[in-house]
Parts: sequence; C-alpha cells; structure tokens
Amino acid sequence: MSEPLTIGLPPYALALDMEVVDRIDGTPVIGMPFADKVQGRPGFLHGGAISGLLEMAAIAAIHQALRDKGSDSGIKQVNVTIDFMRGGAPQMTYAIGEVIRLGRTMANVEARAWQDDRSKPIAIGTMHYLIRKPKVGGN
Amino acid sequence: MAFNKPELGSLIPTNTAFDPAMVNKLMGKFGHGGFLDMEYVGHGEDWVELAIDWRADLVADPETGILASAAVISLMDNATSMSIWTKLGEFRPQVTMDLRLDYLRPSPAGARVYGRGICYHLTQTIGFVRGFAHNGDIDDPLAHASGTFIRVGDRVS
Repeated sequence: MSEPLTIGLPPYALALDMEVVDRIDGTPVIGMPFADKVQGRPGFLHGGAISGLLEMAAIAAIHQALRDKGSDSGIKQVNVTIDFMRGGAPQMTYAIGEVIRLGRTMANVEARAWQDDRSKPIAIGTMHYLIRKPKVGGN
Repeated sequence: MAFNKPELGSLIPTNTAFDPAMVNKLMGKFGHGGFLDMEYVGHGEDWVELAIDWRADLVADPETGILASAAVISLMDNATSMSIWTKLGEFRPQVTMDLRLDYLRPSPAGARVYGRGICYHLTQTIGFVRGFAHNGDIDDPLAHASGTFIRVGDRVS
C-alpha cells in the first residue's frame, strides 16, 4: 500500500514553494526551490529558510511516525537547534526528518537538509516535541 | 538566474559607525528578510531589535493562526547577526554556525513579533549571541535564542 506523495503542508511552507517531492522508507522528503524570497546573503540561502525547511521535514516525519503507530496524538514544538555546515547554493534543497525516539510524552527528531549529495548535509536540525493526546471530545 | 540584491559589504560605508537601521533597509527589504518584511525597531550598544507583522501566509497551523516557528528563527538570525556588527561598530562577513530556539509559548494570530538579538561576547573569529522574541512586552517572551556566528574573512559570499 503506497502512501500518498502529497501531504498537507502549512501555509508557511507553501509560501516558500515547499512540497513533498519523494518518500524514503515512507518518510516524506520536502523540497524547496531557490528563489529571492529564500535568499540571505547574495547567492546563498538564508539560514532561516533552511531552518524552516528542516522544521517542515521534522514535523512531516513525526506525523508519519505517529500515523505508523496508529496514534492520533498531536505535537507541540519545545525547541530546535540548527547546525549550519555549508552555505546553501542557489538551487533545489531537500530535507528529511528522522524520529530518533518516539515516546509517550516527547519525541526526539533530527532533520537533515542537502542539495546535490545527501551525504553532505548543508544543515542539521535537532528538535524536541511534546506529544499531546487528542482531547477526549464532547461530554 | 539573476537576483538583484545589493552586496552588503560593498554598500555599507566603511568609514562610519555601523548603523543597524540603515543596514536593515538592505537585509530587511531584499531576499528572505524582504519576504518577511523585517522592520528595524531599535538598538543599543550590543543589541538590535527587529520586528515582523503576523501574516496569514506565515502561519504554521491554519486552525489556530499560530505563526510558524521558522519565521521566528529567521527574525532571531537577522537580529543576532546584526547585534554583532553593532557591538563591533562595523560590518564583518560572517555566517551562522549554530542557532538554538526554545519556544516558551506560541506567537498568536495577528500579533506582531519582535526579536531582540544581543551579542554578549566577541572574539577574533566567533560572535556569541543570545536573544529573545516577544509580542510587545519584553517581560513576556515567546522564545529564547542562543547561537554563534563565525567570521569568514573578507569573503562576503
């Protein structure tokens, strides 16, 4: 059973033309094309835009992991640390998240962004999320 | 592809003190800073405060209207970066080495977000920064930031 390639990305991601371009072992790969609106210093991606891509990949990965578990819990981001390894060249950038641990109360997620070569990340984000049980509805 | 953002290094006057308000007219009006429409709010000896307005297309969750945390990262990236040049009194080419954000609470729908970046230590190579984001009351921050920038010599790009 194949998962749909497109998932509902938030307005922020759509505003920067991010989309799900692939899946690796079921986890969405988010792509972000280069444009002036994601540019920082001339000819390079802005660190904030790279961070946004990493966060979208992390959130997509954790939603996927929760779905795989049959959970309908939500998430709340606690923090993020971004390490910038290489300048982002003016070209397509990809990111994928990896849920390192999914517990009952929190999740540790790592997201990597790359351009031509997945083994040469331009940035890595480490995030912590609270897992929130859905409110028991109605009465 | 041609992107007509001016080169920061070539446009900033070298014989006068660093002026964050003037520099934000470049960093906040072109590229990603322009997309977010960052505005200069104020500065001191070692800090710079910028702000962005809430916008529907910067939202993380359409149901609540909560601002995407990445918009706050970009705001803090620019504010902390500029705090280094402000403390230094001049522009130096540098890149973000790492940046951490702790989200104390979401930034609600409709609320303007302020980001204050503070440079608390400078070496020849590294600028150590911290900062916080708020919605107008500095005693009620929504996020705290800390990070480091590394000087990249005279290479602007």
